[in-house]
Amino acid sequence: MKLRTVIPFVVFCLLAVFLTIGLNLDPRKVPSPFIGNPAPEFSLPVLQSGHTISLQDFKGKVWLLNVWASWCAACRDEHHLLNTLARENIVDIVGLNYKDAESDAVNWLAELGNPYTKVLVDRTGDAAINYGVYGVPETFVIDDRGIIQFKHIGPLTPDVLGQEILPRIHNLQNPND
Amino acid sequence: MIPELGHFSLIIALSMAFLLSLLPLIGAYRGIVTWIVFARPAAVAQLCLVGFAYLCLTWSFLNNDFSVAYVANHSNTHLPLIYKISGVWGGHEGSLLLWILILSGWMVAVACLSKSIPAILSSRVLAVMGLISVGFMLFTLFTSNPFERLYPMPIEGRDLNPLLQDIGLAVHPPMLYLGYVGFSVPFAFAVAALLEGRLDSAWARWTRPWANIAWMFLTLGIALGSWWAYYELGWGGWWFWDPVENASFMPWLIGTALIHSLAATEKRGVFKAWTVLLAVLAFSLSLLGTFLVRSGVLVSVHAFATDPARGLFILIFLSVVVGGSLLLYAFRTQRLVSTVRFGLISRETSLLVNNIFFGILCFSVLLGTLYPLILDALDLGKISVGPPYFDFIFSLIGTPLLAFAGLGMLLHWKHDMLSRISIRLLVCALGCLACGLLLPLFLPFYSVAVAIGLTGGGLVIIMSGSVLFDRLGKGRVLARLRTTPCSIFGMIVAHMGVGVFVIGVVITTAYSIERDVRMEPGDSYSIGPYRFDFEGTAEVPGPNYRSIMGMFDVYRDNEKITRMKPEKRFYLIQDNPMTEAAISPGFTRDLYIALGEPIESGPAWAVRIHYKPFVRWIWLGALMMAMGGLLGAADKRYRKLGGRISGEFIPVRPDG
Repeated sequence: MKLRTVIPFVVFCLLAVFLTIGLNLDPRKVPSPFIGNPAPEFSLPVLQSGHTISLQDFKGKVWLLNVWASWCAACRDEHHLLNTLARENIVDIVGLNYKDAESDAVNWLAELGNPYTKVLVDRTGDAAINYGVYGVPETFVIDDRGIIQFKHIGPLTPDVLGQEILPRIHNLQNPND
Repeated sequence: MIPELGHFSLIIALSMAFLLSLLPLIGAYRGIVTWIVFARPAAVAQLCLVGFAYLCLTWSFLNNDFSVAYVANHSNTHLPLIYKISGVWGGHEGSLLLWILILSGWMVAVACLSKSIPAILSSRVLAVMGLISVGFMLFTLFTSNPFERLYPMPIEGRDLNPLLQDIGLAVHPPMLYLGYVGFSVPFAFAVAALLEGRLDSAWARWTRPWANIAWMFLTLGIALGSWWAYYELGWGGWWFWDPVENASFMPWLIGTALIHSLAATEKRGVFKAWTVLLAVLAFSLSLLGTFLVRSGVLVSVHAFATDPARGLFILIFLSVVVGGSLLLYAFRTQRLVSTVRFGLISRETSLLVNNIFFGILCFSVLLGTLYPLILDALDLGKISVGPPYFDFIFSLIGTPLLAFAGLGMLLHWKHDMLSRISIRLLVCALGCLACGLLLPLFLPFYSVAVAIGLTGGGLVIIMSGSVLFDRLGKGRVLARLRTTPCSIFGMIVAHMGVGVFVIGVVITTAYSIERDVRMEPGDSYSIGPYRFDFEGTAEVPGPNYRSIMGMFDVYRDNEKITRMKPEKRFYLIQDNPMTEAAISPGFTRDLYIALGEPIESGPAWAVRIHYKPFVRWIWLGALMMAMGGLLGAADKRYRKLGGRISGEFIPVRPDG
């Protein structure tokens, strides 16, 4: 038996080891060091208003921070869920418009509907970097003390909303249940 | 009752597969003739039993038997008949049954068409395929039984996923599986050769048509999938480098290397060990694809409902089949030495280069697909690998590959002189380079990628054409047409297909125009010479959905060319909106309209309009490649052997 004839077998064994480990991992779960920690401070202009607000203005209530952009196709997919959620009036949804042109963002909201109570403008993406955003869309659940409780990467789905986000919001809003 | 009969039939098929995988192997080892000849009837019996099980499941679909859990989850009384039939493979369990059915079908095909092959070899081949069937049947029966009953029985089924209610996707999985499973035939031939410890050009001649046909089906399956993604997903793209797409693409890449390396093994007796390895790898990658799709280790748009038990089962099965055959390869392959030599300038060399390049491409795709998983397993963080990586690798390696594809066809076997073809080579290369560099000047803007792509694609087409000219050009075309082997035409058509494909890819990628616009009835929007007038929308009822249909009149230079009707469908049972894009196809361009969302429930709509030049060439190229594969397999010399030593048992293989 020559050494080089064993190479394919060895490579396959290595691969099999990784696949075995991979079987026990959930590729959709991305751990975030931000969960359980205070949300990073920001001070950002509000879309089409001229004034600026900061994290302090949101203290005292549970809210959702949804990072989006008009150039992001996946944001389009999750948008009807956000619209539905906004109609139910359960929680404030704050948009973080990420690296976008103001006119594009305004048109996009006019076209698809605006579920956001406020839209923060992060033209440079600095605030998003502080929040550890990988890509758009991402959604954070932030509690009344300004602690990040949950983070979802990628477009929201009815399952994520119903099983992960809404129950958390309910528990945070009704801590005595 | 019927589902139980199907279940029962599948269990008997499993026992038959057990016998099939054991008896002929032992018989071949110990020289028991009756055990060896058992393989053929056993394969036929297995197909009948699996076919019966499959019909039982289809019967349950047609009769809306929602007491069968799988039917309840994938069908509905309002589902159109065609989707009830295709719904059988619309989910994990049923698609496995289809997989087994196709595998059994291939086994019977081998049994019927291998009469010229020594019985000892063909029964080993059937036994190896039987072993694979055992694995898949165990998997189906223990973790994914499609016949499982549901109690209490629901009154109505949950309907088939709307994405799958489409003719393209109804045909895509069977094609893909025919390809995936088809590679089990060269795999079984390779394992049989390793068991026997002998491999010669006769072996390659027997294996080659099977590899070609499997490759043809895989090409068609992938092309259909890409076409489906293009018109059904509503994004207008044709390839996304999604892990599941990659899973089907890897066996294709290795399969491509395999059919080329088999040519060298058949004609010249070279690359024996390498060919065997490729045959093993092609099917191993098909199995790996199955694992990736059904175990949930990777994030993908097409992943089936996943279950760790299923993942573990396939992984064990994968390890047994792939690990076992690679171990066999490690121990037995040094017997398969090639003693034939060939010159540096020869077709062998160009095929070797082809194999190396396709190997690298496949490894890059494997790396890109599994890299996130490997990093995650080593706890080094979570990442994803996207199109830029794949695009870079393919443009880097694809370009020289095109040049070699063109050159290789002109070279002779064994030893050749560049001086023989240098003038033609120079003329072709310079001609293509000039055209490639100049043509983009007449296109909307100049792009280096397009120049390179046109040059490379043009080169392959011109070189293929020149091979055709060599064969037919010098008078008496009809007579020459008859004497030229079919496989030469296969080679020419397939390589021209590659050129057509490349040209389609570069032009579509560079010059597509995509616009997201807001349109009210009465609005019009222009892209280039095309004007799209939005006439309004109408509600149209469907069998299991209701649809809003937009009407667009399309004008080219103020002359009406067509009316396009994109739809937004709402599937009632799964409560799912679906975009049915309207496409106006053309040889040099597609016009594509997808209806988005109504804007603030007013008369205005978000509309996505695409202009896609040459996009059809992508699938046309793939079709030509598949056609080439078929022509290659249809060559007379693969049939000539039949009959001469028909059927009778020959314990010692004749030297080919």
